[in-house]
Amino acid sequence: MNLMKKILTAAVASAMIAGTAQAAISNNEVRIGYLADMSGTYRDLAGPNGLTALQMAIEDFGGQVHGAPIRVLSADDRNSADVASSTVRQWVERDNVDMVAGMVASSVTLAAVRILEQNDKLGIVSGSAASSITNEHCSPNHIHYVYDTYPLAHGTAQAVVQEGGDSWFILTADYAFGHALEADVEKVVLENGGRVIQKVRHPFPTSDFSSFILQAQSSGASVVALANAGSDTTNAITTAGEFGLTQSGQTLAALLLFLTDVHALGVEAAQGIQLTTGWYWDMNDETRAWSDRFMEKTGVRPTMVHAGIYSSTLHYLSAIEATGTDDTQTVRRHMMDTPINDMFAQNGIIREDGRMIHDMYLAQVKTPAESQNEWDLYNIVRTIPAEEAYRPLSESQCRLVNN
Amino acid sequence: MMTPISENTATKRYVENALRSERRHFKIYAVLLLLALVAPFVVYPVFLMKILCFALFAVAFNLLLGYVGLLSFGHAAFLATGGYTTGYLLSTYSGFSTELAILLATAASTLLGLLFGVLAIRRQGIYFAMITLALAQLVFFFYLQSPFTGGEDGMHGIPRGALLGFIDLQNNLMMYYFVLAVFVFGFGLVRRIVHSPYGQILKAIKENEPRATSLGYNVDQYKLVAFVVSAGLAGLAGSVKTIVFQLASLNDAHWHMSGEVVLMTLLGGVGTLLGPVIGAAFVVSLEHQLAQSALGNWVNVILGIIFIVCVLTFRAGIVGEFQKFFKKNFR
Repeated sequence: MNLMKKILTAAVASAMIAGTAQAAISNNEVRIGYLADMSGTYRDLAGPNGLTALQMAIEDFGGQVHGAPIRVLSADDRNSADVASSTVRQWVERDNVDMVAGMVASSVTLAAVRILEQNDKLGIVSGSAASSITNEHCSPNHIHYVYDTYPLAHGTAQAVVQEGGDSWFILTADYAFGHALEADVEKVVLENGGRVIQKVRHPFPTSDFSSFILQAQSSGASVVALANAGSDTTNAITTAGEFGLTQSGQTLAALLLFLTDVHALGVEAAQGIQLTTGWYWDMNDETRAWSDRFMEKTGVRPTMVHAGIYSSTLHYLSAIEATGTDDTQTVRRHMMDTPINDMFAQNGIIREDGRMIHDMYLAQVKTPAESQNEWDLYNIVRTIPAEEAYRPLSESQCRLVNN
Repeated sequence: MMTPISENTATKRYVENALRSERRHFKIYAVLLLLALVAPFVVYPVFLMKILCFALFAVAFNLLLGYVGLLSFGHAAFLATGGYTTGYLLSTYSGFSTELAILLATAASTLLGLLFGVLAIRRQGIYFAMITLALAQLVFFFYLQSPFTGGEDGMHGIPRGALLGFIDLQNNLMMYYFVLAVFVFGFGLVRRIVHSPYGQILKAIKENEPRATSLGYNVDQYKLVAFVVSAGLAGLAGSVKTIVFQLASLNDAHWHMSGEVVLMTLLGGVGTLLGPVIGAAFVVSLEHQLAQSALGNWVNVILGIIFIVCVLTFRAGIVGEFQKFFKKNFR
């Protein structure tokens, strides 16, 4: 099988040299589908602005690849696996879409990648958090690009324990996602010599966190970790802010929090929170330059997901340009063989399980005094090297990894 | 039925009218069935299957709202139970027969319907709706927490299998005709029930429950049977939907789904047989088309506006208004 692939790649490469490669692009057009939540809870972190990021990548690439035009289709998945499934099915079966980008809710992502695998098309997942996407659900047809829960939990928990936060109170959303995060955090805390004083589960979703925050305050723990996501996290942070949790000396650690969430909360409520992020707009000249262009088009600063969509699309198009084909496996192989060096990642590498590993950053939300403007939100405290951040392949349950 | 018809001219006229409308309906149904048979060659079959599954769901719901006057706000529980049961059976036991999975899933929903029904039909109006909603939320949290459903990730990669062991359902066209057959069965069953003496009593209960009681009917039992049948059909819709999409997700159990079926039924025309079908087709197509258009971000807003307009200006729904128009101008 592997030999077959090599022969195929060689054949494609020689065809390219012979100058007949144009025929290797199906329908003489590269078609990209952008699937994301455009109207619901996850709209801000990816949504319509993610489509803008995707289009920016195509424009920067010159609008065409290897002489073939690039067409973008987009759809709102409404956070429903049904909608995702029927949309992606139609894209690949009827519209001959070559690659699907975006994908936020884990149910949406899992539904979409199943169909992509059945039809041998490529999926580049940028929005989803679940680390299972490249673990038990890995496939030769998708890449998980920006982040997942493993570095979020590990990065934050490890850093906080090492800085002296040794007694933990974990507030967990009572469903599979929350349980997984909680287990990850607890493991890291114990490994680094900390201890977990109390674990409390809250129903999903919850709007009133008062009793949970009071419990956290009276627990005497030095760190309060939020193993939840989305509106649960922001509600909990708002309540913690009202009760003065961080002002009274406890550290608040959020495990899944996006720039847009922090922006919405404001530095007053969110100050001092530690979190792990895959990218921040204000890291260096390159990120700032790209973010300025992004802001010109959208009016907001990009999240790590937006930047990841831009970077992954460029990487995908470069692979097509280099191989002269949009054949899924050839392109994926080339994407894996080429390290990613752009404004999003330095030496990012796509592993055989489809996980793109790159440096992650431990950030702390600025205080109102430090923050210069409404988007000046994080202090980057520490860089977490890629190998340390992501789940090592030796622990992988992925069927593509020989363990 | 014991009264000699010839003696009563009013009854005679009623029967004649009924027969005439029966013949006219037959023509409409024949045309619609013909359209449904050729549709997959024009429209994308998976999209059509989605419409059919939701149409069956809405038809089941309408049996309760349109003909007994009970507004259930918990029908998502039955849809999800059908879906998850099918998904669990087909993905856990490889080679499990598809038709048996559908039957067992329908049975599971029917059983759940019996449980809900026994508790809920004792109350009317808003209390009935609230009890069904509360029970459905219990079921939602059960599916959210149970390990076998995959929580919010859902169940994925459920095999479609082969019908009767030799019709390959992986083929979208085969799958479509199978879904169509299931839909026709469900629709036919509801039609039969509505036009049966039992259906007449249901309508009587809807119009005036104390009077039906005073005539000696055990109202609660009639309502319970209707509730159970409706739940079973909703489960059947969920089961088939799971096989079509090869996944079962938490969306099916969410109260949004219970709301969506109310929307479909009201838009199409509550208390008409074809109303829910048209309503489901309308809502599903609108969501599908809008999701991929430039107006994608506005799906919920647009659906909301349409719903408000519908409730304010044409309360009988699309089919209901059409029937009124037809009666006024052509009879």
